[in-house]
Amino acid sequence: MALDKPYRDIPGTTIFDADESRKGYWLNQFCMSLMKADNRARFKAGERAYLDEWPMTEAQKQAVLARDLNRCIALGGNIYFLAKIGATDGRSFQQMAGSMTGLSEEDYRKMMVGGGRPIEGNRYRHEWERK
Amino acid sequence: MARVTASAYTSHVPAIGAALDHGRTHEPYWQKVFGGYEFSKRWLRDNPPDVVFLVYNDHANAFSLEIIPTFAIGTAAEFAIADEGWGPRPVPKVIGHPELAAHIAQAVIQEDFDLTIVNRMDVDHGLTVPLSLLCGQPQAWPCRVIPFAVNVVQYPVPSGRRCFQLGQAIRRAVESYDEPLKVQIWGTGGMSHQLQGPRAGLINREWDNRFLDRLIADPAGLAQVPHIEYVREAGSEGIELVMWLIARGAMADVAGGPPPRVAHRFYHVPASNTAVGHLILENAN
Repeated sequence: MALDKPYRDIPGTTIFDADESRKGYWLNQFCMSLMKADNRARFKAGERAYLDEWPMTEAQKQAVLARDLNRCIALGGNIYFLAKIGATDGRSFQQMAGSMTGLSEEDYRKMMVGGGRPIEGNRYRHEWERK
Repeated sequence: MARVTASAYTSHVPAIGAALDHGRTHEPYWQKVFGGYEFSKRWLRDNPPDVVFLVYNDHANAFSLEIIPTFAIGTAAEFAIADEGWGPRPVPKVIGHPELAAHIAQAVIQEDFDLTIVNRMDVDHGLTVPLSLLCGQPQAWPCRVIPFAVNVVQYPVPSGRRCFQLGQAIRRAVESYDEPLKVQIWGTGGMSHQLQGPRAGLINREWDNRFLDRLIADPAGLAQVPHIEYVREAGSEGIELVMWLIARGAMADVAGGPPPRVAHRFYHVPASNTAVGHLILENAN
């Protein structure tokens, strides 16, 4: 019997559960390797070659090269692991989070200072589909 | 006998640590955050604990996907500061309390909470930012700390109900320790925030404040709230708030004692992507 996953109807949100974790295992473990300064240097010196050392899918490698965090998450990435790529690139958590929303960095920052994204209209997928 | 004197609750946003470490606390943006902790620093000086039992979560630093313990208690003599990819925070190392930690581990495992015992663990911003917020920037932390890491990264995370029950078991364990230690228990993380996907930046001020109200006055009822409500209403990372229920479960009123005194309450939006909530509850002497 399939497990109940009520969180699938939250819009713009991927819950990192055991299935996602299994899909993203090597992508996330690659990210984890960037906690070591030597590995960060090797990655920066040749991203493709470094990625090829890991048994990741080609789609995962392309998503990392493009720094497409939404795509990385769709392929099993978790934001706390993906943050290691941001740290390697010298980007803040706010820049990373903002990059997934379609807003400019400035507009995202303004939204947060203005109280953040409101909950109204953002609870269920069907609320986004109507837009 | 040891006893739980108070509990404190706070968000643990990494940008707060960065603002402290880079001397940006005077900026108006950060003043609004740090202003909420001025009372707390005085309070901690006036009410010094011997040990803080610090409930937090690791953010893919000590634990990768190789091992994902649901509840991990740090029983080491000391804990190094994690390099999260930006270099370790320039804060003192954390001195543990191996004897009390081992005692708590033995007691709560025998009450059916299957803790993972960790003797080597670097601690990340989840643990060090709360210490900085309440202790300031000392050369050494003013007390011993028992790190207690909860998995809130990979679903399913423990339920609020389980966390609340665990807090009660921790309280009983502390009270069965012979040495007359003053122990505080801190719950950290939250409040509403979402760091991923097109819905990133979600904040729910009303829900957060209701959570604070209920944490004070109706913790047993709050502990029944299911995961789905946290993630839908408070964002995918808002689920960290289940950790506050561990600290709340350790307060005297849950075991039939008098209700705690609310020493301090603070709420502010934003710190980076996150709503900052903070509460101090004292047990009667």
